[in-house]
Amino acid sequence: MVQKLDYLKETPSQTAGPYVHIGLAPGAAGFDIYRQELGWDITGPNAKGERIRVEGLVIDGTGSPVKDVLLEAWQANSEGNYAHPEGGGDVEDGFRGWGRVITDFETGEWAFETVKPGRTQGRNVGLQAPHINLWVVARGINVGLNTRLYFEDEAEANAEDPVLNIIEWERRRATLIAKRSERDGQIVYRFDIKLQGQDETVFFDI
Amino acid sequence: MTTKGEFYQRDREWQPPALTPDYKTSVARSPQYSLISLQNSVSEITGPVFGHNDIDPIDNDLILNYAKPGESPIGERIIVHGRVLDENGRPIPNTLVEAWQANAGGRYRHKKDTYLAPIDPNFGGCGRTVTDENGYYIFRTIKPGAYPWRNWVNNWRPAHIHMSIFGTAFTQRLITQCYFEGDPLIDKCPIVKTIPCQQGRDSLVAALDLNATIPLDTIAYKFDIVLRGRRSTVFENRLEGN
Repeated sequence: MVQKLDYLKETPSQTAGPYVHIGLAPGAAGFDIYRQELGWDITGPNAKGERIRVEGLVIDGTGSPVKDVLLEAWQANSEGNYAHPEGGGDVEDGFRGWGRVITDFETGEWAFETVKPGRTQGRNVGLQAPHINLWVVARGINVGLNTRLYFEDEAEANAEDPVLNIIEWERRRATLIAKRSERDGQIVYRFDIKLQGQDETVFFDI
Repeated sequence: MTTKGEFYQRDREWQPPALTPDYKTSVARSPQYSLISLQNSVSEITGPVFGHNDIDPIDNDLILNYAKPGESPIGERIIVHGRVLDENGRPIPNTLVEAWQANAGGRYRHKKDTYLAPIDPNFGGCGRTVTDENGYYIFRTIKPGAYPWRNWVNNWRPAHIHMSIFGTAFTQRLITQCYFEGDPLIDKCPIVKTIPCQQGRDSLVAALDLNATIPLDTIAYKFDIVLRGRRSTVFENRLEGN
């Protein structure tokens, strides 16, 4: 026998279930309880940079939209700094960089408004391409799924991104690139997340 | 010099796998390809920061936070409390803990819940708090009831409180469920059994904590939460590109 290591084990994850909104978005569940719900304003009023809208669907293995998803976004500001003590530098007053959205119960569409993030430091050398970190929880998802949203119009940065480049199958990298369009003067990025099957989105073990 | 680096990798044999067919909804919502493993960059070792300004002191008291003045919800008055620790056993202070649950009869205040047990007019079912400097949190609530769900014809969830915890990094983000000591439904639940080993399942069961009860008032359960630990070593290298 050897000595026992005294690390604790991480608490096991469980599904967020179909009523996740009660805890994390009670207004959507149908009642008003808190002075302010968290996660509705990612950038605050002072954020610099390009204002964008990000929208999409989460689609299951049968091709159906998942209508009880909650997504969380975590991103840097337009200069590539995260609002965190180890985040690289200062951010605008009021910039949190974190957001939370739920899907429409009828259509499954979700959307949030933010600013386009700047490039951030890579793990080793070089910079990461602009990206938004996403975390997806729902009924039927036992452990939250991590993915990243990159931007179609950042082709040069995407080509040298250290994370995209460790995905061995180049075809799969495309599942992480949001499509840019303009609607009523607003910049819109479309990002559908496919949980399973054809063109399944890349998910990360971070 | 000692610097903090990456987080310990998540033990995917300890955590539930994505595909757990006895929990039927997981079948079409589980990725088929393997996860791509990422060593942590700044995007993973950072995460949102919350403070006491974000929430109100009453938010952790589910007996009061949706009750009409002078009234209170029906059910077993309980305290659920514990510490948020990392895998090194260190407390995680100032981190947001959110909770949600059904009422004493197993009914959720949610427009999609149609179970025939009634809504309690004095019970909302959600709470939130920020851990103190020792990583300690506390909620006061009523003990939730079991409720039926459409999985097999006759499946009932054990009494449970959903918990959402942030930690200090996006890679520590966790949602789980707290069960209660002695509940015979725990061993029968396909969602509990998504967790592969018995020791892991047991770690989600809050213990009756008579030392923390308020005599003649409120019974107590203790539920500690462990988030991923982090390396702290002179050999940690190259996180910032040197």
